[in-house]
Amino acid sequence: MRFYLLLAVMAGVTYLVRMVPFAAFRKKISSAFVQSFLYYVPYAVLGAMTVPAVFYSTGSAVSSAVGFVCCLVPAFMGKSLIAVALTASGAAFAAEGIMALIK
Amino acid sequence: MSNNGKKEFVSGIKDSVPIALGYLSVSFGFGIMAVSSGLPLFQAVLISMTCLTSAGQVAGLTVITTGGTLLEMAIAQFIINLRYSLMSISLSQKLDGSFGLKDRLISSFGMTDEIFAVASGRSREVSKHYLYGLIVMPYIAWALGTLLGAAAGEILPDMLKAALGIAIYGMFTAIFVPAARKAVGVLAVVLLAAGLSCVIKYVPLFKGVSSGFSIIICTVAAALFGALVFPAKKEEESAQ
Repeated sequence: MRFYLLLAVMAGVTYLVRMVPFAAFRKKISSAFVQSFLYYVPYAVLGAMTVPAVFYSTGSAVSSAVGFVCCLVPAFMGKSLIAVALTASGAAFAAEGIMALIK
Repeated sequence: MSNNGKKEFVSGIKDSVPIALGYLSVSFGFGIMAVSSGLPLFQAVLISMTCLTSAGQVAGLTVITTGGTLLEMAIAQFIINLRYSLMSISLSQKLDGSFGLKDRLISSFGMTDEIFAVASGRSREVSKHYLYGLIVMPYIAWALGTLLGAAAGEILPDMLKAALGIAIYGMFTAIFVPAARKAVGVLAVVLLAAGLSCVIKYVPLFKGVSSGFSIIICTVAAALFGALVFPAKKEEESAQ
């Protein structure tokens, strides 16, 4: 039950945030400060959600660090979302494999 | 649907193929993540079918699995998804005359970073058929990928599951690294947000702060910092 309440709030808020401006808003936001703030929000979210959580994402700090560092290269080169995501997974997988062999 | 409507719809479908492929792989990672943090497959898919947002869903999953409150969920989703408001406002200026209120109510559900980017990058005005065409495949791919990931999460060997669990963070990285490379303001904001997030996680003083609120605090603080110190220029906004 608790799950469905949380899901309702999650889906409801997400939808309203998208829908209300789309249905109602016809003018551009004129405040440069608000525009700047909104511009930076997605990057702030991603930074906060990625670090340090990424280092726990495989259950091993070593393999997740290897995956993260390796995926920075294609990300820096501007490769596609899939390419970067698969690099992270592939490198983490290789690191897990090597660690299993050493053990 | 008129002849022109059909053409617009097909054109939207075509433009959405790369988005759909990307979503398939990313939501696969979300499915695995959801199941390995204790959610049943059905609930994982339900989240993807009702929310359609990667960062919001990962944060929401954190709130759900760490026993967060409804208020925490509401604030977290509001802050994290606030960017969609900006996109909705922006795209609302580009719609052609075919959009009634009903179409706005329905199609706004599909406003994601990628769909917004493709729709607003179009040289012509955006018709409702085009926007529906753009949304339908990524939506299906997002749900299907979650289903496959959640199902695979139950049968895949641990080593492979672990490796795929990092995929969604790879996608996040693919979004913020190129942007940070282009704009020093973005770089500063990302580093500040990541640093604050580490401080809240590791400094004992902040032990009581839940993960959901941590994301909210870091986001607001870092974005405020960015807006104050590096006011965004016009070109950067339209590039979003």
